[in-house]
Amino acid sequence: MPKRIIDSIVTLMAVLTFSAVTLAQNQKWNSPGLAAGGGQGRPSAAGPAPRRNLSGIWDAAGAGVSGPGHVGAPFTPWGEQMAKSYKPGNGPRMVTLADIEDPLSTRGDPAGFPRLVLFELRPFQIVQTPNQMLMLYMFEKRWRIIWTDGRDLPKDPDPRWYGYSVGKWEDDYTFVVQTVGMDERTWLDNAGNPHSADLRVEERYRRVANNTLELTVTINDPKAYTKPWLGRDRLPLRLMPPDTDLMEMIPSATEAAEYKRIIATPSKPNK
Amino acid sequence: MRDKLLGVLLAVAGLLVVSVPLLAHHSAATFDTTKEITLKGTVTGWAWTNPHTFLKFDAKDDTGTVRNWAGESANPIAMTQRGWSRTSFKAGDEITVTLQPARNGEPVGLLLKVVLPNGQTLVTTPPGVPQPAR
Repeated sequence: MPKRIIDSIVTLMAVLTFSAVTLAQNQKWNSPGLAAGGGQGRPSAAGPAPRRNLSGIWDAAGAGVSGPGHVGAPFTPWGEQMAKSYKPGNGPRMVTLADIEDPLSTRGDPAGFPRLVLFELRPFQIVQTPNQMLMLYMFEKRWRIIWTDGRDLPKDPDPRWYGYSVGKWEDDYTFVVQTVGMDERTWLDNAGNPHSADLRVEERYRRVANNTLELTVTINDPKAYTKPWLGRDRLPLRLMPPDTDLMEMIPSATEAAEYKRIIATPSKPNK
Repeated sequence: MRDKLLGVLLAVAGLLVVSVPLLAHHSAATFDTTKEITLKGTVTGWAWTNPHTFLKFDAKDDTGTVRNWAGESANPIAMTQRGWSRTSFKAGDEITVTLQPARNGEPVGLLLKVVLPNGQTLVTTPPGVPQPAR
């Protein structure tokens, strides 16, 4: 190869390396990955969806928060009894600030699954390994493992806050996850919708473009609801820049107690 | 080239309207959201915590006495997007606070706006976006 071409390649590599190092050094430590609002993020490339690939950091923006919770199928008598026993901060059965008794926001218990995707669904990262899909969530700084090695769901699993998940590709662009074994103590969402130990949750992640996933979540719990219902219906998730900081958003029990002491209890309505 | 530019413009436009709601796990019903009061006071504390940040300050209100107020605001992520930070306040700072007070008359409220000692204003709504309905 002629020397001038080698010189050009060496120069180009030096420039690229220097640029990458300079960019990393100048990167804001807590980049929110937004093009607006002061972050150094850049909008991700549009383009066609890659096959069998969910990798990246995904964000539902405001639509992921779902403060008022979700409206599901009608309750069974058991479901209604459970729903009435809960004291949520939002939704149709909400109580006043001082009276909220939410395992997550009052006591610092895990949100659990599927509340992790039905409430405060903030940016999360998907990592594919040869036998798993890993999901790393900003909210609560939780992670889930979804087994993709073809195993069956367990028949009688021990209850787990985040359940037990298996997943597979239905086609080149749709990844489907089944989850069982979710601890009955968790709420489905922020409105205090209940679930039983019999709950099965299906998630469908459809990659519709390079920078967009659509998430659909089906709640299937015949003990609590008269029929299955959608907790998410093609919720768009946008691909974020790869240097987005997932930050830390952990509703700690200590901070919940401070909030109760300083704001919630003093604000209690006078009788 | 045109498609790429359009893609970038659409992505940027989409990002500009990602205003994440401030209150999620509880509603604002405890506070009188039809009322705004403005108080001049002195910072006694600033908690950069989840899911709420909150500002504590001494101020004289229309009761005539100085009371220690607690102003609630959103989680640190939402606040960072609006230009607030862990170091926005220190004890002793002279500030002017606008908030929506608790209905029961206690010195507790939802922060709307704070004017800092250097004259800078911090708001809890993203600039250019209408205040979210509570």
